[in-house]
Amino acid sequence: MRAYVTRRLLAMPFLLLGVITVAFILSHFTQADPLTSILGDRQMSNPAVVEAARERWGLDRPLPVQYGIYIKNLLSGDFGTSFRTRQPVAQDLLVRLPATLELVIAAMILGSAVGIALGVLAARFQDTAIDNIARLFALIGASAPVFWTGLIVLYVFTVKLGWLPGPGRVGGRDVAPEFITGMYTLDTLIAGDFDKFGSVMAHLILPASVLGWTVTGIVSRMVRASMLDVMNQEYITAARAKGAGELRILFNHALRNALIPTLTILGFTFAYLITGAILTEAIFSWPGIGSYAVSASRGLDQPAIIGVTIVGGAAFLIINLLTDIAYAFVDPRVKLGARAAT
Amino acid sequence: MLTWVVIGLSIPLWAPYDPTMLAGPRLQPPGSEHWLGTDALGRDVFTRTLYGVRHSLPIAAAVIFGAIVIGCTLGAIAGFVGGIADEFVMRSVDVTQSFPPILLAMAVTASLGPGLGNAAIAMVIVWWPIYARLMRAQVLGLREREHVEAAVASGAGPGRVLGKHILPLTWSPIIVNSTMDFGQVILLAASLSFIGLGAVPPTPEWGQMISDGALHFYRWWIAAGPGLAILSIVLGFNFLGDGLRDILDPRSK
Repeated sequence: MRAYVTRRLLAMPFLLLGVITVAFILSHFTQADPLTSILGDRQMSNPAVVEAARERWGLDRPLPVQYGIYIKNLLSGDFGTSFRTRQPVAQDLLVRLPATLELVIAAMILGSAVGIALGVLAARFQDTAIDNIARLFALIGASAPVFWTGLIVLYVFTVKLGWLPGPGRVGGRDVAPEFITGMYTLDTLIAGDFDKFGSVMAHLILPASVLGWTVTGIVSRMVRASMLDVMNQEYITAARAKGAGELRILFNHALRNALIPTLTILGFTFAYLITGAILTEAIFSWPGIGSYAVSASRGLDQPAIIGVTIVGGAAFLIINLLTDIAYAFVDPRVKLGARAAT
Repeated sequence: MLTWVVIGLSIPLWAPYDPTMLAGPRLQPPGSEHWLGTDALGRDVFTRTLYGVRHSLPIAAAVIFGAIVIGCTLGAIAGFVGGIADEFVMRSVDVTQSFPPILLAMAVTASLGPGLGNAAIAMVIVWWPIYARLMRAQVLGLREREHVEAAVASGAGPGRVLGKHILPLTWSPIIVNSTMDFGQVILLAASLSFIGLGAVPPTPEWGQMISDGALHFYRWWIAAGPGLAILSIVLGFNFLGDGLRDILDPRSK
């Protein structure tokens, strides 16, 4: 166990270095002068600025030296300057991070809850119409592009029915809650402003549902399979023999054990959620890292895109590491190292 | 899915309108003239949707083919040669897979410049590690088999052993896996186009069309056709993949 964690932790710096190297290659692999990717077109016309940046990023030095400087700058939090917002990319990302976190967490909660419910239903009514409908619902979520389902739910629930507010995190005339965590749901709760909390939740529900739907399939399939596994075991038969009710057996005895393998795939769903969040944010004008990445791509804002890529890669690495370690703790039967060996 | 392939091959013969030419008044709602209405330029959405498959399927096929060629070559080398080659390939796999796929694809495409071709290159870069891992695991497993040891003992060179005794046995999981990936690649390609990094106007590409639809939000029909198209084709592949998984992995029954 400890050896496994140590090995995974030791690999981290190298993987991070790999991520940075890829970013370095990408920023040098543009059709244009790499300086453009740091400064942007506008500032390129200012010789003084260009000279200063050349100096700062060591672009007149040999490549290995440039690489060293690049790493040093990144480690000190300098990702270059976005040429759309004209702010340091690192700062842009920090401001937007809580919005993305809030959306992804809400989606994960919704998606897992629905996925678990579907999985239990599908397992209980194995090979019936309910099983098939649950599977179809989950598959549609995984197959439909979120940038399209997002448009549909906005059209239906906001335009046609008028039940829920449109894009954004708060209403047009509302001011954002005071910055505490940056997650509006928490901030409004901490401030005790329940009206605003309601509004924030109403804004969150559509994008979180659309995003969460993409991972219900992953969760429900896992829950269904492990429920079926568990339901055949002797202790379930024993519980049934003792006269425990069907619901009690399902939730108290079976689901609790079936959830362990489900834990492993939460990290996996995270990969999907990041992908989905980028597109969901774009549709819902959600001011997070995803919509930042999309506008950066649309405007070919190279430093911003690369900044997001590095941060996304680092976050991804850490989440995967945590998931694997958490799983190792939860289930001692896991053959540790089997995965790391591949 | 077969329907989509047939549509893709035959559409130029029977399409009611030209996908890039004006076909009627702008922003017409669906009706008998235009089954799915017209877009902001007056092009027929139904025709454009059907034409879209001529971009999505070939791109997905090209990306998967590229990923298989690169991934399997490197994976086979890694598994067969071992040592430094193995380390190098597998660490590259690790690093590539440390990125969320769409972010890496976005960054690569943005660096190369937008366009369907560059988006395809980016997607190959995102996808090859899956096949490298798969291939390496296969080769490692097969290398210990008796018939391979027999071949080595009887003096067959490494190229012959790999090509004749190992590779022919590795294809089925790779083909199964690629079927399951097809839908994902189509989705990613559409996403890149939606973001503006893939197809450029006036190409009738689904992601690009939905992006148009988002601009004209109240004209819901502009995005309806391409959205349903993506959904149906990806759903088809996912069903196929699901079925294959059930057959191959008895635990998920």
